[in-house]
Amino acid sequence: MALDKSDVQSIAYLARMAISEEDVPAYAENLTSILTLVEQMSAVDTSGVEPMAHPLEMAQRLREDVVTEENRRDHFQQYAPAVENGLFLVPRVIE
Amino acid sequence: MEWEVVIGCEIHTQLATKSKIFSGAATAYGAEPNTQACAVDLGLPGVLPVLNKEAVRMAVMFGLAVDAEIGRRSVFARKNYFYPDLPKGYQISQFELPIVGKGQLAIELEGGESKTIGITRAHLEEDAGKSLHEDFHGMTGIDLNRAGTPLLEIVSEPDMRSGAEASAYMRKIHSIVTYLGICDGNLQEGSFRCDVNVSIRPKGQEAFGTRAEIKNLNSFRFVEKAVEYEVERQIAIIESGGKVVQETRLFDADKGETRSMRSKEEANDYRYFPDPDLLPVVVEEDFIEALRKTLPELPDAKKDRFIEQFGLPAYDAGFLTSSRGIADYFEQVVEASGAEAKLCANWVMGDLSAALNREDKTIEQSPVSAEMLAGMLKRIVDNTISGKIAKEVFEAMWSGEGDADAVIEKKGLKQITDSGAIEAVIDEVIANNAQQVENYRSAEPDKRGKMIGFFVGQVMKATGGKANPGQVNQLLKSKLEG
Repeated sequence: MALDKSDVQSIAYLARMAISEEDVPAYAENLTSILTLVEQMSAVDTSGVEPMAHPLEMAQRLREDVVTEENRRDHFQQYAPAVENGLFLVPRVIE
Repeated sequence: MEWEVVIGCEIHTQLATKSKIFSGAATAYGAEPNTQACAVDLGLPGVLPVLNKEAVRMAVMFGLAVDAEIGRRSVFARKNYFYPDLPKGYQISQFELPIVGKGQLAIELEGGESKTIGITRAHLEEDAGKSLHEDFHGMTGIDLNRAGTPLLEIVSEPDMRSGAEASAYMRKIHSIVTYLGICDGNLQEGSFRCDVNVSIRPKGQEAFGTRAEIKNLNSFRFVEKAVEYEVERQIAIIESGGKVVQETRLFDADKGETRSMRSKEEANDYRYFPDPDLLPVVVEEDFIEALRKTLPELPDAKKDRFIEQFGLPAYDAGFLTSSRGIADYFEQVVEASGAEAKLCANWVMGDLSAALNREDKTIEQSPVSAEMLAGMLKRIVDNTISGKIAKEVFEAMWSGEGDADAVIEKKGLKQITDSGAIEAVIDEVIANNAQQVENYRSAEPDKRGKMIGFFVGQVMKATGGKANPGQVNQLLKSKLEG
């Protein structure tokens, strides 16, 4: 499966990555070669193989439902570019 | 053309855990912004989510309550999208292997019929934070206290055929999760919200029409209204030769209409994949069986029992079991008062519910406790007060004037059952209304029944409503006949 220019642009948009126009053909080629590898793997007969959700043969450990975290807002917010009244401020999002 | 409406619901219930689904931050509602958002909730680099056992227990309880298959091995997946109330850039959810599989429940339709609605699945996921768009000089304020609150998203089959059915389904899920105690059910605070998928198709056609999704309905009434509006909108589009567009819409409660959310050109592409930070969740058979034993009596079973045990009409039983709080209150009143269940039901469904609605209170917030109401009903049963005077006593208890005995004593509301005293009043009424007495005596016997009401009224007026109505009737009759 070969990816074209618009595929690359839409993947970049989904990942919120800015890529320059002249780099698009190289990305298309690299991504296509990854997909080619995946296609080779798809050719293997995997009927009867349980899909692997995680490489470790273990089950998730569970936590007791206890509040262990304290309020560290001031600590966390010192790294934020903009805060006001305890809120993080971000460029306006309109639905 | 006759149209058939097809509706499926996705209900998000916030699970009533103390801490978040993947972190030890508190979930309490109404805290100062970002004071309950820890490093995991903020999506800082290097943090690791650890699953809350209680969230798993609650999800399994729900599954058992709707007779569903429990996912013995379920997997968390990342649902990728960018929005500032989701700092990681993905929501941890479940996709291919949810914790609760196919199940079902019954809803009551108008006229008492019941209908089975399929549950497709229910999965665990984390809630996002909140965006505030006002007053930040053109910026958006983000509060991440809600980020990471455990949600159980319950997805139904497209089995509903009207707004009323969708609303009945939402009520049913609401009563199940609150009976189980896995969700506080608070619609105003957003603990329980519903998305409805609505489409129409010509009656008899099997293929579904294009659907619109109406998001974030937080009232049973809104669900019904939003569906009704949406159905008319879609019919109008199709009948005028247009096509329904698949999109997300919002319900404007003030205008009673749905409108399109301004959406991006791109269709959502969430690129789900198993979250490498979390291992598969394994639920053992003994865990499930142990939980099954802790299931409380659920709304349907309780309703049947109320009909059987108390001899109540189905309507009353349905009303009284609509929430666990009301059902518990009613049972306490019956037990503590020793009064007829029907009398107790009438008071809970009548004056008490009216007062709760009037002041927008839940049964848990009622100023008249079950013990207080029972105390008042005892006084009706032992003839200390009449049903009519009881209304006055109830209002006094409601406004904090003490229990029934205190109110009766203080206001002098004790019923007059002394025949001598009642006779004296009757004699006076008869003496003062010679004309009416004569009319009564000369009337045909079958007309007298109505005419006696005048005299009863006069006696009641003279006694401030305190005379025992049965005695008044009896004594009046014999005196007037005489």
